[in-house]
Amino acid sequence: MTNGIGTRDERWQIQIRGLCKSFGAQQVLRGVDLDFERGKTNIVIGGSGQGKSVLMKHLMGLLQPDSGHIYVDGEDIVGLDEVAIAKVQRKFGMVFQYAALFDSLNVVENIAFPLIERYRLPKSEILERVRDLLRRLDLDNVPGVEEKFPAELSGGMRKRVGLARALVDRPQILLYDEPTTGLDPIATKNVDEMIRRTADDFGVTSVVISHDMASTFRIGDRVAMLYDGTIIACGTPAELLAAPDPRLREFVEPSGAVKFGVSS
Amino acid sequence: MSDTAPTQPSSGAQEFSPAQVGRLAGRFFGPLLGAVAIFGQHMLLLVRAFTWLFRRPFRMRLYLEQMEFIGVGSLPIIMLVGFFSGAVTALQGITALAMFDQQRWVGYAVGVSLARELAPVFTALMITARAGSAMATELGSMRITEQIDALTTFAVNPVHYLVTPRVVASILMLPVMTMVFNVVGLLGGYVISILVYQIDLGQVLELFRHWVDPVDYVQGLIKAVIFGIAMALAACYQGFNVRGGAKEVGRATTAAVVSSSVSVLILDYFLIEIMNVIWPSHGM
Repeated sequence: MTNGIGTRDERWQIQIRGLCKSFGAQQVLRGVDLDFERGKTNIVIGGSGQGKSVLMKHLMGLLQPDSGHIYVDGEDIVGLDEVAIAKVQRKFGMVFQYAALFDSLNVVENIAFPLIERYRLPKSEILERVRDLLRRLDLDNVPGVEEKFPAELSGGMRKRVGLARALVDRPQILLYDEPTTGLDPIATKNVDEMIRRTADDFGVTSVVISHDMASTFRIGDRVAMLYDGTIIACGTPAELLAAPDPRLREFVEPSGAVKFGVSS
Repeated sequence: MSDTAPTQPSSGAQEFSPAQVGRLAGRFFGPLLGAVAIFGQHMLLLVRAFTWLFRRPFRMRLYLEQMEFIGVGSLPIIMLVGFFSGAVTALQGITALAMFDQQRWVGYAVGVSLARELAPVFTALMITARAGSAMATELGSMRITEQIDALTTFAVNPVHYLVTPRVVASILMLPVMTMVFNVVGLLGGYVISILVYQIDLGQVLELFRHWVDPVDYVQGLIKAVIFGIAMALAACYQGFNVRGGAKEVGRATTAAVVSSSVSVLILDYFLIEIMNVIWPSHGM
């Protein structure tokens, strides 16, 4: 970890320092320190209700912390006004758990939504960028997909359209909120592959919130565990497996996905 | 009783500690405070919806879509209910007026009751049932499927995008639909009085024209505007604040329809009182 905060750090794109957040009497984050590496797949694991989603919402400026700082490319995004936050948000793309596509818009309108809302681009350019993404995410082989509404798509396709919407404004950072929850093993594998491929093809920094252990150790470049509002373990999967924290062990082992003590 | 209670007065009346007084007050005023808080939240939503109205971007398409849904979509039901309301009013009016052999007054009776009461209230109730419930369900399911969160990640304010168009469309369309109700209601009255009961058309029309004042229509339309605000606010508030799952969406829809219908009828009473002050000669 570095202390080079305030300037753009070559290795770490997002640096979180001492992040605290309470809702009423309930303290959800109790001083989170965490760095996300540029261009890599960073995974945050943790049980339900440990504050993973709250942490994610802070990254996008959707929640303001009680104290602490979040540096994105060296710029502290805590306490920025609405306009400045909107600018920071353009660096991010978010892939929601169940895609969160707008029901009233068709596939093209959904994907184009960020562009239409943020810029005044000619229609032809928007359509070109949308079609390019449909092609790159293998969505263009479905006949008439452009005119389809979310309700007419399969779960996996919805997820890819959601990914396309997150990618359309060429973000530097992609956030995934529990991307494999509720999927069967084969679909999970496809999503894993999608995350990996997206990271390679688009050169984005991925931040994945997950409690799927098998996926985590398959695709993660760096893994951090959030427990009771703090980070208790952080490093590459091999590092974590070599010197496991007992709480990490307790969380990971029942899944049977990985074995401790042997580096993978 | 607390140890720090003040010295007992000589009257011997039972003394309450401040904590007890607080608890008692809480029991009496708690529900009232809750109602005031909810009213306040509705008003805040209204203020936010209106401040966003004047901020860019102006998404005309959203306004038109909502107006189409609330207005054009409600046309069949409004016409159906309007026709029968006019017909029933005529029927009851004729029965009552027949006691004095003054059936020709039915033109006035139908005209004025539609203009002041039946058209605005029934229109508001019908549109609440049809469009208000749909709004609450739509916003509620958008909330639970994170579509509202998704909006904010694109720096789109959800109130701006979802609530403002619905409130504005309701304000614009309720008066229009109220006038449709009036016209169709008069047609219903015409069918009953002229075609069925064979009352003289000239006399009916003359009494309608002479006694029903444009102010009656103005009053009805003012009510319609206010009912529109109440309906859209109740629906958006309930939908917007859904937490949890599908069951909560259903609950929010019910709450939206109930609170909107009740507030329409309560507002109606107070609006009549206010209007009787503004237009004293028209007070009954």
